[in-house]
Amino acid sequence: MSSGVLLLFAHPRPDLSNCNVKLFDAASATDVTSVDLYGTYPRYDIDVDAEQQRLRDHHTLVLQFPIYWYSTPPLLKAWIDLVLEYGFAYGVGGDALAGKRLLCAVTTGAAESAYGPDGVHGHSLRELLRPLERTAMLCQMQYLPPFALFGAQRVAAADALDPHTAQWRALLTRLNDPAPMPESALAGDSLNPGGQLLQMEGA
Amino acid sequence: MEGLLGQACLFLGAALICVPLAKRLGLGSVLGYLIAGVLIGPVMGMVGGEVTDIQHFAEFGVVMMLFLVGLELEPRMLWAMRSKLLGLGGLQVIGTTALVAGVAMWLGQPWQIALAIGLILALSSTAIVLQTLNEKGLMKSPGGQSSFSVLLFQDIAVIPILALMPLLALPELVGHGDHDDAHHGTSLLAGLSPWFKAVVTVAAIAVVVVGGRYFVNPLLHYIARAKLREMFTAVALFIVIGIAMLMSLVGLSPALGTFLAGVVLANSEFRHELESDIEPFKGLLLGLFFITVGAGIDSAVLFDNVAVVLGLTLGVMFAKGLVLAVLAWVFKVRGRDAWLFALSLAQAGEFGFVLLSFASQNAVLPGSLVSLLSLVVALSMFLTPLLFIAFERWVQPRFEAADQRQADEVDETGTVLIAGMGRFGMIVNRMMLSLGYSTVVLDHQSEQIERLAKFGVKTFYGDASRPDLLEAAGLADVKVLVVAIDDMPRALELVRYARREYPDLHIVVRVAGRMDVYRFYNAGATDIIRETFDSAVRAGRCTYEALGLHPYLSQKSAQAFVRFDQHLMRRMAEYWDDEIAPEDNPAFIEEGKRQVAMLDDSLRGKRGILHDASERGWVPPGELPQADQS
Repeated sequence: MSSGVLLLFAHPRPDLSNCNVKLFDAASATDVTSVDLYGTYPRYDIDVDAEQQRLRDHHTLVLQFPIYWYSTPPLLKAWIDLVLEYGFAYGVGGDALAGKRLLCAVTTGAAESAYGPDGVHGHSLRELLRPLERTAMLCQMQYLPPFALFGAQRVAAADALDPHTAQWRALLTRLNDPAPMPESALAGDSLNPGGQLLQMEGA
Repeated sequence: MEGLLGQACLFLGAALICVPLAKRLGLGSVLGYLIAGVLIGPVMGMVGGEVTDIQHFAEFGVVMMLFLVGLELEPRMLWAMRSKLLGLGGLQVIGTTALVAGVAMWLGQPWQIALAIGLILALSSTAIVLQTLNEKGLMKSPGGQSSFSVLLFQDIAVIPILALMPLLALPELVGHGDHDDAHHGTSLLAGLSPWFKAVVTVAAIAVVVVGGRYFVNPLLHYIARAKLREMFTAVALFIVIGIAMLMSLVGLSPALGTFLAGVVLANSEFRHELESDIEPFKGLLLGLFFITVGAGIDSAVLFDNVAVVLGLTLGVMFAKGLVLAVLAWVFKVRGRDAWLFALSLAQAGEFGFVLLSFASQNAVLPGSLVSLLSLVVALSMFLTPLLFIAFERWVQPRFEAADQRQADEVDETGTVLIAGMGRFGMIVNRMMLSLGYSTVVLDHQSEQIERLAKFGVKTFYGDASRPDLLEAAGLADVKVLVVAIDDMPRALELVRYARREYPDLHIVVRVAGRMDVYRFYNAGATDIIRETFDSAVRAGRCTYEALGLHPYLSQKSAQAFVRFDQHLMRRMAEYWDDEIAPEDNPAFIEEGKRQVAMLDDSLRGKRGILHDASERGWVPPGELPQADQS
């Protein structure tokens, strides 16, 4: 088992997925531990102990999901509720995740311009995902800005997913390496190309 | 009588010695039979003139084979093949006839004889080719399908060719013609006016189609209710032989008639049962036919003309292969399929013998030419298995990569075989069909099948624990086998057989209780479903709710119970022994007692075992039981 990235993928309708399944398959071909949550727990009976052990075994957690109503799909929310337990992830004696990294790799329906003070959604993606950022903070994890594919349906329709897939693979390879990420990358709105990380590292 | 038994012993014995050996050496069964024939015929001289009679009898194997081929082919599929059938088949017959006749004329034959030779040699051997394609699993490949189309067209073409032959008769041969009409032209219709013949012919075909559709099925239901295995075999043989007889009476090809009957019955629920009943007869008769081909080689004529015969045989095969290769190119059959198509059909066939004797009876060909051409036909049939071997050795490996991709495509269609169509199997079947998965369903209760058919549910008749029937139903091609028959010993036998033959098959089995779970687990079932467990759990959940437990909590508790029960069952499995009855197995009983005690403890505890230790996250921190953090 890889001790680097643990990738948890949550999509309730993989049969209708335009991009996420392809991105998950691309990730599974790299050297990360990839888990299809809906495939593992089709009846929502999450094995908390096994999930916690998996977390202990990896230094970076990546959550991959399509954004629904500014949040995660329901099974991933249940996973967060049940697995990030008091005494394990937070609270007294709860430091199993301290120092590990958390990244959200998401897809959105709306174009990038919809995010930001002037966009339809009124806030940047990073701001909208603040609850997940706070979750990471409470678990003493290092939160990385989201890695996003905006306007996923349009990208799929234009058959233009390849550049994003390449960036995604490069990012996962980089994250498999426990070496700290550059400070400047952590402050940005996203880890997307154009964001600083991938340019700086020449990935 | 003794003569008959002696002959039977001789033929069977020769086959028993040669065929397994040939198969072992990778030569295929057809070559084995042919060699057996050569051994008892030309080499040891143990059989003589009676071979021709036996051959006529054994040709019935071809009739049976076409019935089986028809059973595999629904009318819809036959219709979809029509362009290949007419295009490929028609052009093959015309092209080969023209080429061979041209060469014969160039060699100095008059055009009538040349045309007759062309027509005779244009036909290929349905018996050898289909048998070998099936044996090597190439039947479903595009090359195999193209070959089959051509063979089918040829079988149809025999009828007009038979009609054409007398017109080619040469005046100078008429006096010498052999007018023995023992096998052909015994038609009831001889001497009747052509339009009357046509009416009777159409009527006979209508009898086969309408009878097959409306009469045979009720008959089979009636026989099935008698629950006598041999009666079923009898009725299957009756159908095939009866149709063959009807067709001969009106002067049509028996092979074509039974093929048609097969197609009509392809939608019948008794299809697999008929298949498995006819199959052994077909196999033996075809084997006998191949032996007679080997035994019928006239060594005297062969040794006198060895160079001529060999030259002619190779020439004919080359010419036929050439025509086929061109057709493959025109019809966009490519790569290994083009090779298979060209190599597999390059021989002359059993209809060649029929036409040769017919031609000599009708004063079309002189006797010396007939015996020479008989040798060419036999020799080309003899060489065909070698061409198949060449195909496997040298052609197949070159296209291996392409082959694998094809295999994947076929996998996608993966069907489900459901054994047992009671209430349980029916639900599984409905679920599969509702998502568009194709299923094959077997049940051995004729009444049940009839009842289901009224509701439009398609079920095949047959005892699912019989291996031959399972194979006929396509066990080799399905992805999942669902076993839902009530008779547990037979279900167990079925699972053991399927697991032994197909290690990768996914087997879902419905069982009665816990003890069966262990038995079927050891037999190799993949998923074992206790028939009452899930419904009992649902009943328990409803009872929880009725007692006032919150519906969501009821659901969660039921789920936790299932998990707990599975955990206990896995622990019990370690103490299970197939050889010892559970009540005589002290270790098994001991573990059972421990489990009962565990449940008692949990009932006395504060939360109980079912108040689920795995959803601590939704329990307020203050009420957490001490979590095990190992």
